[in-house]
Amino acid sequence: MRFMMVVKATKDSEAGVMPTQELVEAMTRYNEELSKAGVLVAADGLHPSSDAIRISYPEPGGKPKVIDGPFAETKEIIAGFTMIEVKSREEAIEWALRMPDPHGFGEGEIELRQIFDFAEITADPELQARENAIREQLGRDK
Amino acid sequence: MAQAIDAHRTVEAIWRIESAKLIAGLARMVRDVGMAEDLAQDALVIALERWPVSGIPDKPGAWLMTTAKRRAIDLLRRSKTQVRKYEELGRTAPTYAEDDLEQVMEDGQIGDDLLRLIFATCHPILSREARVALTLRLLGGLATDEIAKAFLVAESTIAQRIVRAKRTLSAAQVPLEVPEGEALRERLSAVLEVIYLMFNEGYSATSGGQWIRPLLCQEALRLGRMLAEIAPGESEAHGLVALMEIQSSRFKTRVDAAGDPVLLLDQNRARWDHLLIRRGLAALERARKLGRPLGPYALQAAIAACHAQARTADETDWVRIAALYEALSRAAPSPVVELNRAVAVAMAFGPSFGLQLVDALSAEPSLRDYYLLPSVRGDFLVKLGRSSEARAEFERAASLTRNEREQALLLKRAAECGG
Repeated sequence: MRFMMVVKATKDSEAGVMPTQELVEAMTRYNEELSKAGVLVAADGLHPSSDAIRISYPEPGGKPKVIDGPFAETKEIIAGFTMIEVKSREEAIEWALRMPDPHGFGEGEIELRQIFDFAEITADPELQARENAIREQLGRDK
Repeated sequence: MAQAIDAHRTVEAIWRIESAKLIAGLARMVRDVGMAEDLAQDALVIALERWPVSGIPDKPGAWLMTTAKRRAIDLLRRSKTQVRKYEELGRTAPTYAEDDLEQVMEDGQIGDDLLRLIFATCHPILSREARVALTLRLLGGLATDEIAKAFLVAESTIAQRIVRAKRTLSAAQVPLEVPEGEALRERLSAVLEVIYLMFNEGYSATSGGQWIRPLLCQEALRLGRMLAEIAPGESEAHGLVALMEIQSSRFKTRVDAAGDPVLLLDQNRARWDHLLIRRGLAALERARKLGRPLGPYALQAAIAACHAQARTADETDWVRIAALYEALSRAAPSPVVELNRAVAVAMAFGPSFGLQLVDALSAEPSLRDYYLLPSVRGDFLVKLGRSSEARAEFERAASLTRNEREQALLLKRAAECGG
């Protein structure tokens, strides 16, 4: 199961203020821990939204509308993400709880989201039936 | 988040994260893998009793370690008299130093502890099956029933396998060490073999209708990544990780919507997992940077990388792949590698060259019942327009495989050759 820990933006991250040395070190240690445990898939930080654009489709079937950053509502903006591959939701929660407070000024917010896997996006009833048959077989063998 | 507060499952998740480090640290103290696991399990049982009431401690790993250490100290004190007896008999007894206790779990030690533990669980004294089960259990933190499910065998079978393996290690007094010199290369290759066996078991089930058992693949990949972290100077550890990352990138495309196998060249490359490909290429680069000639795993990864980097099947660099197979057949000669080389040579230089190599293999006793030999030969014959010979080869191949899906695919190819 893959999960993404989404770190939300703050006033500072949006203003391009770099995190403290202490926080950088804590994050580095955290990422090393993920990597040593073999669960880290990817981790990156994003530039402030002043560099960003937003593309929206206000009219169904119409042309896209492009809006330049920065965007106002910081809590809606993503400042970075860490993707992990784990065995259970609980394991993902445990890792997410171990991430250092990403901003340190009372504004830190991490959102944990599960990434769709193959089975969930496959609507094919036959394939689902086969998968269920396999699961049943596993249940019997237990 | 009522869902998040299931204390029992939270403890299990913490166990999954902490158990390998815990057992590895304890094993250094008590110098016995089985005893280390018992101590760690005792600590887990105490945690399962207390945490739902008292709440999860801030540093659950450290809590488990302290609890297990306390039990270890009790155990050591009780056995001291026995140790003295051993010494009187002039035997090298397992001597435990209580000073060691303080060092356990300190940074920098953990990697070495894990390395010693994986060398023990993959020790050649154990059968391959036992190595896989014990490694999944002690380093992967998997429960016995999970391992049993992954291998589609009864839980009691795995439980016995693990108990026996631990007993064998104790009885033979297998030292917890990182071997040096020539022994290191041999033992490391045993470790890599166990991880790759695990991966392959998951990647292509040998019988039944199921093709991919994701848990085993994921575990193998996780263990491989762990190993490359704790043994960063070992080029083949990076090579194996690269190979598994790139192979894993094709999970979604290996079977079609009906669950039937899709050959590599027919797969939808847009659906390959490009994140894993990128990770695989990075791991291969780390193996290359170590500056020694690439070993068998890194060479296989380099071959997989050629496919991963071709935007379309037609753009595949078969000349390079054929050259890499030649290097592989020198580094790790085997009839199966030779068969793969024949395929690459046929793609690079034409089916008649491939057929020559395959025909040279037909006398090879180890390939006598190997379904891919007639399957590959059939493929060359189709391309050379020799349909009736091809048909016979596909039929023979179908009779040799136990995988139902593969069998169906081969019979379909036979039928396509006409009568």
